[in-house]
Amino acid sequence: MDAAVRELTYAQAIQEAMAIAMDMDERVFLMGEDIGVYGGAFQVTGDLVERYGADRVIDTPISELGGAGVAVGAAVTGMRPIFEFQFSDFATLAMEQIVNQAAKMRFMLGGEVSVPVVMRFPAGSGTGAAAQHSQSLEAWLGHVPGLKVIQPATPHDAKGMLLAAVADPDPVMIFEHKLLYKMKGHVPEGHYTVPIGKAEIRREGCDLTIVATSIMVQKALDAAATLEGEGIDIEVVDLRTIRPIDRQTVIDSVKKTSRLLCVYEAVKTLGIGAEVSALVAESEAFDYLDAPIVRLGGAETPIPYNPDLEKATVPQVPDIIAAARDLVKGVR
Amino acid sequence: MATARKAVVDSRANLPFVYRQYSPEQLRGVLHKMYLIRRFEEGAEECYMRGLIHGTMHLSIGQEASAMGICMPLAEDDQITSTHRGHGHCIAKGAEVSRMFAEFFGKTTGYCKGRGGSMHIADVAKGNLGANGIVAGGIPIAVGAALSSKMMKTGKVVVSFFGDGANNEGAFHEALNMAAIWKLPVIFVCENNGYGMSTSTARSTAVKNIAERAAAYSMPGVVVNGNIFSEVAEASFKAVERARAGEGPTLIESKTYRHRGHSKSDRNRYRTKEEIEDWMANRDPITLFENELRDFGFIDDHGIEAIRDAVAKEIADGIEFAKASPAPEIATLENYVYTEHA
Ligand SMILES: Cc1ncc(C[n+]2csc(CCOP(=O)(O)OP(=O)(O)O)c2C)c(N)n1
Ligand SMILES: [Mg+2]
Repeated sequence: MDAAVRELTYAQAIQEAMAIAMDMDERVFLMGEDIGVYGGAFQVTGDLVERYGADRVIDTPISELGGAGVAVGAAVTGMRPIFEFQFSDFATLAMEQIVNQAAKMRFMLGGEVSVPVVMRFPAGSGTGAAAQHSQSLEAWLGHVPGLKVIQPATPHDAKGMLLAAVADPDPVMIFEHKLLYKMKGHVPEGHYTVPIGKAEIRREGCDLTIVATSIMVQKALDAAATLEGEGIDIEVVDLRTIRPIDRQTVIDSVKKTSRLLCVYEAVKTLGIGAEVSALVAESEAFDYLDAPIVRLGGAETPIPYNPDLEKATVPQVPDIIAAARDLVKGVR
Repeated sequence: MATARKAVVDSRANLPFVYRQYSPEQLRGVLHKMYLIRRFEEGAEECYMRGLIHGTMHLSIGQEASAMGICMPLAEDDQITSTHRGHGHCIAKGAEVSRMFAEFFGKTTGYCKGRGGSMHIADVAKGNLGANGIVAGGIPIAVGAALSSKMMKTGKVVVSFFGDGANNEGAFHEALNMAAIWKLPVIFVCENNGYGMSTSTARSTAVKNIAERAAAYSMPGVVVNGNIFSEVAEASFKAVERARAGEGPTLIESKTYRHRGHSKSDRNRYRTKEEIEDWMANRDPITLFENELRDFGFIDDHGIEAIRDAVAKEIADGIEFAKASPAPEIATLENYVYTEHA
């Protein structure tokens, strides 16, 4: 098979990245609930315990606060832990260690230490797992100086950004949408990194910029493909990192297209869309805008169990198509 | 006639606790409910396989005696907090299977109006404050309910169900301590089925018996065979008496086993087929209780058949009710987030 078109799923790409990181650096190890023989709740660690042993693929008790703290402590003292939360929702139990300790330790100690910990958070709705297993909390952590927060949207980036995260001296939080785990895409062999802090233009266009995160990138591309048939030419920016955010790529894109639509799954208000809108409004791109900025985000509700309600809670392709069309046609 | 009755009473004197404490009719009712829990979960599982229910679910098949035994001495207005494996607790506390099925089908007639599903099943009117998607999430809430009971002098007792995995969360330890220092009317029930997902208690927990944790919070810690209804009910009865008398909390560890995988995506790679089969064949809680009832002359085969038939009908009716119920309107998406104002 042609190596250039080798395809892996998003989950396999992450697993491969973790294996490469462990091969390259004996300080790297994995911690989390049921990541050993069970293979992880979403089979991301898979058989890594068989390949690297239970000393490097450590099942923790159900103790998120303690577990995250142990990872922070190990990171500060020379190890390179990759800590898996079984669901991103359980970050709420570990907020103390993430927000008060991991994020601030280097700062509080005047730069005497660094905290090279990586934390992985399976996130998002669409699995029927209801209100406590479906949230998108990335903006919570995005609000904390000291953390880096990324949302890879493709298998390629899932691997490359994880390897960049492991190499990074500071704490990196990776939000992985659960519905992406089975997505297939081209993933190069071997070690490579995708930089943290750089957005990627997934599709070039001149009528409208859609800034999307995570699973919304693919939905935005689907919407753009449909609208192409109507003569609407959309540029899709995959933000990839929400802290530190890549202002320049967003600003340059909006200067080119003069219209901005932000699409993200998390609750709409006080979220990533507000940040992206504001950074454009504060920049020289403001003068280029031909239409109000529009945000499409999650409804102001916890994620409901009923599948139709669940779908209606977060932006879907038809919602993106409708919003983009209205923006370009000047309905807004 | 009088002599015959005396003979029955005398013969009961040597029987295990529940046979002395409860009437034959009540005990037959317990068997009925154990079957109801089992068949409800089998029915839910089948509906899931057929694509009628989405998401996931955690079945408590094999743990029915624990739920029933703990709830046996509770009054209707006593309260419980439950877990992700909460269908049995819900039925044991008095819920109707029809409204539970409706919830699983995501319908407005469900206990949570289709918003919660299996993982958040509740029946507030019957004192079930809800299952919980967060391991150990319900434990402090139970302590809070017990604080209400004490402050409002309602006399209510609160039971907090949780699994063995939950005993390693901070919430467990913080909650037990507060319950102890304030002598609250709460009973902590650890249903130890040997595993938290794939992780055995031997690998996750520093003590052999979770009941030993009680010593750290100066409360009684009791281990019972969770598959023997009478043992569980006796321990619960004593803990309820203690709580009602204002003497404070108890930790009961109910040792049991789940026959099914952790959830619908479990491949059972962390335990052997032999282990599962042994528990199913030799320690099934319904079989054990049914045999006892029969041996002690509380029921005959005809009576057992009648219970099974009645349960089968209740389950079939429940599923029909759920299917026929309306789904929520999309326009109601943001309902119940906050309290509605008139
Ligand atoms: C805080 C938190 N961590 C992890 C999970 C994922 N999870 C759900 S149930 C479970 C195992 C719980 O084990 P136990 O408490 O023994 O209950 P059991 O499933 O055996 O009934 C895990 C890890 C969760 N729901 N909440
Ligand atoms: Mg357990």
